[in-house]
Amino acid sequence: MSSEAISTNKNGYVSYLDYKGKHTGFLGWVLSTDHKRIGILYLIALMVFFAVGVTFGFLMRLELIAPGRTIMDPQTYNSIFTLHGVIMIFLFVIPGLPAVFGNFFLPIMIGAKDVAFPRLNLLSWYLYVAGGLLAILSILLPGGPADTGWTFYIPYSVRTGTNVMFTMFAAFILGFSSILTGLNFVTTIHRLRAPGMTWFKMPLFTWSLYATAWVQVLATPIIGITLLLVVIERWLGVGLFDPSLGGDPVLFQHLFWIYSHPAVYIMILPAMGIVSEIIPVFARRTIFGYKFIAFSSIAIALFGSLVWAHHMFTAGMSNTGQFIFSLLTMIVAIPSAIKVFNWTATLYKGSIELAPPMLYVLAFIFLFSIGGLTGIMQGVLSIDIQVHDTSFIVAHFHYVMFGGTGFGIFAALHYWLPKMFARMYNQKVAKVAFWLVFVGFNVLYFPMFVMGWLGMPRRYYDYLPEFQPYHLTSTVGSWILVLGLIIMFTNLIVSMRKGQTITKWNIWGGETLEWKVETPPTLENFDDIPVVTERPYEYRENDLAELEKEAK
Amino acid sequence: MSTQEHAAAHVHRDDIGAKMGMWLFLFTELLLFGGMFFLYSVYRFVNQDAFHLAAKELNTIIGMFNTAILLTSSLTMAISIAAIQKNNRNLSIFFQLLTIVLALGFMVNKYFEWSAKIHHGIFPGGEELLAKSQGEILFFGLYYVMTGLHGLHVIIGVVLIGFMTRLTKNGVIRQDSYVKLEAAGLYWHLVDIIWIFLFPLFYLIT
Amino acid sequence: MENHEQHAEHGHGYGIYILVWLALMALTSITVAVAGINFGALTVATALVIASVKTYLVLTIFMHLRSEQKAFRIFVGVAIFFLAISFILLFADYSF
Repeated sequence: MSSEAISTNKNGYVSYLDYKGKHTGFLGWVLSTDHKRIGILYLIALMVFFAVGVTFGFLMRLELIAPGRTIMDPQTYNSIFTLHGVIMIFLFVIPGLPAVFGNFFLPIMIGAKDVAFPRLNLLSWYLYVAGGLLAILSILLPGGPADTGWTFYIPYSVRTGTNVMFTMFAAFILGFSSILTGLNFVTTIHRLRAPGMTWFKMPLFTWSLYATAWVQVLATPIIGITLLLVVIERWLGVGLFDPSLGGDPVLFQHLFWIYSHPAVYIMILPAMGIVSEIIPVFARRTIFGYKFIAFSSIAIALFGSLVWAHHMFTAGMSNTGQFIFSLLTMIVAIPSAIKVFNWTATLYKGSIELAPPMLYVLAFIFLFSIGGLTGIMQGVLSIDIQVHDTSFIVAHFHYVMFGGTGFGIFAALHYWLPKMFARMYNQKVAKVAFWLVFVGFNVLYFPMFVMGWLGMPRRYYDYLPEFQPYHLTSTVGSWILVLGLIIMFTNLIVSMRKGQTITKWNIWGGETLEWKVETPPTLENFDDIPVVTERPYEYRENDLAELEKEAK
Repeated sequence: MSTQEHAAAHVHRDDIGAKMGMWLFLFTELLLFGGMFFLYSVYRFVNQDAFHLAAKELNTIIGMFNTAILLTSSLTMAISIAAIQKNNRNLSIFFQLLTIVLALGFMVNKYFEWSAKIHHGIFPGGEELLAKSQGEILFFGLYYVMTGLHGLHVIIGVVLIGFMTRLTKNGVIRQDSYVKLEAAGLYWHLVDIIWIFLFPLFYLIT
Repeated sequence: MENHEQHAEHGHGYGIYILVWLALMALTSITVAVAGINFGALTVATALVIASVKTYLVLTIFMHLRSEQKAFRIFVGVAIFFLAISFILLFADYSF
């Protein structure tokens, strides 16, 4: 193919969005092995599933606005909270940052042309979509969607008549997708760093992805096999977990949480990486304690793998087991706190610019601190026994996973989307959307702490009238939140087509490598692989002056 | 600049990277079986006597024979890689084929072993099995699932090595480029390692 | 430079593989022979120790870990560590 066939943009280079390979049009996307296009593919799929997940959550809240039946019957409610959990966990927060922004920016940030295994990368996307469709398909097939909760606890999951096998198998496939991404990233980071890009010159987002990738590789197979075993048990009647055949339901919980607890670190670590990227840029300060933040990612991955049974304090564990896991749980708080303190120290005396990405990051620190501290409370045995399986847990979980990872994803969207599409969104609208999301979030989830403390069980279809004020507030919060989300995503999606065109390479004044390539990046990111000589986030006096000038 | 060149530049060769990817994949396999070994260890810990009793039903001789076959196939696999390193293509192909034959022999043995059990009514949901104690039901549940999944890995290994044989014939795998064969070898040795643990834990606990 | 890196390793003869194979066969015979003897609580331990020795041989020689970069050995260490620590913590619940 001659070069005439390729449309060049006005700067005279071919961006990854415009190049024409063996296939063009739609096939040029779904058969592309370019890490950036795969990142976009993930982004599109992710947004679709997120919309579905939000809808289910919204309907759930609507049902709970008043005691008794409001808009759906109990069985539907059970299915909806299961699907809300499965979709949000396996299809949104776990792949959210690594698969979308990791794919797009990891190779650029370390100065590589692509990931180590581009074709495997595409395969992970197909597995992801297949898993997602299978989960959705379980709704339509006879038997109805799973009603076990996303945890699939035994023995109900071997007894229920719903399509729990489909949902579990979907989660199994999604696990594989996640493993392959992790495997790809570990190899990429080991083998494809540009010359001079030593371990301690890597951006912190890369560090967090590295730690995440290890957890993905090592922990995911355990849930894979556990879910597969339940599928086999249901399908062939093999005695494995079913207590009537001698099995131990608590053992299922152990195996489930051996993965699923580290999985929350798969979810939160990359978001912490995003925060570490964005804070120095918008505070115009060199990050404080680079090595501490880098190592704390590894430490979180390590300790996070040792605390799984704190989900099971009331499940009938031995006292010794309870004691050990309660103790270990306290230790995980240390590396997380190290990060929060380092971020705060970076902000100190910085010239903070409250652009949309920074707003989401500051909200992250605030919400994650609440979520993290209430998490430590639950690590304490006596408190956990009081609040276990109440909406206190739901509130904690959403403060960490939505307030943490969700806000991390939103921050990344606002930070990197202009780079990806060379179009800027309306920043004023973005700020309005942020405040709606932030206020709506707190109105939605904070009452859950209170009513959980007062004894409102989680996952219940009905409740006592005295809880209604809290439920009502919470449901109103969900409206504000959803309104904010709609405005935010409309703003972003509109900007991809009609936003103001950007040609500047360095939109925000970042110091990492993705700001030293074209906007949008070319097919191979770099004409020549750069030689890295500086550490990231080195803001020196003259740089600052230059940035000031550019800003004017 | 042509787009072909673009595409070609993507294909850069990194044998160490390829092996690293394979090792990481092996870890997921290891943990996959590790999950089942968790189950095995806990259930055996709780049902010690039943496990001893149930293991008596298994034929140690067949188990030992199969172990020998699998260990030998690991040897032939290793030799086929050494042969390609020495640029001895035919020898390499011969040993790859021998590995496949041994693997199939392993599966034939497994087939007879399983069908004998099933013939005696010892299979999941079988009346004979359900009449036994819960510990024994668990033992056989684990036995079928673990050796079954291991057998599945053997079959995948056979297919994989078959592909490698073809690639060796075509000259894709050759003295200066054999990382694919090495990766297949790594996979095959892992299958062997899993069996090294399965054998004593199921057959030798009487 | 890349090519140089690719082939800095290897060069096992056939001899060492056959030796390892003989050792593996011998260990298998030992583990079967020993299984008949009742060591009490040590019976499982014996079987597992022998299996671990066999695994070590396969890992280092057949899987070339001996001549691979250090990173690979660390990787294997991490994976085994993760598996081992999970076993230990799991039994923190079950053995009490």
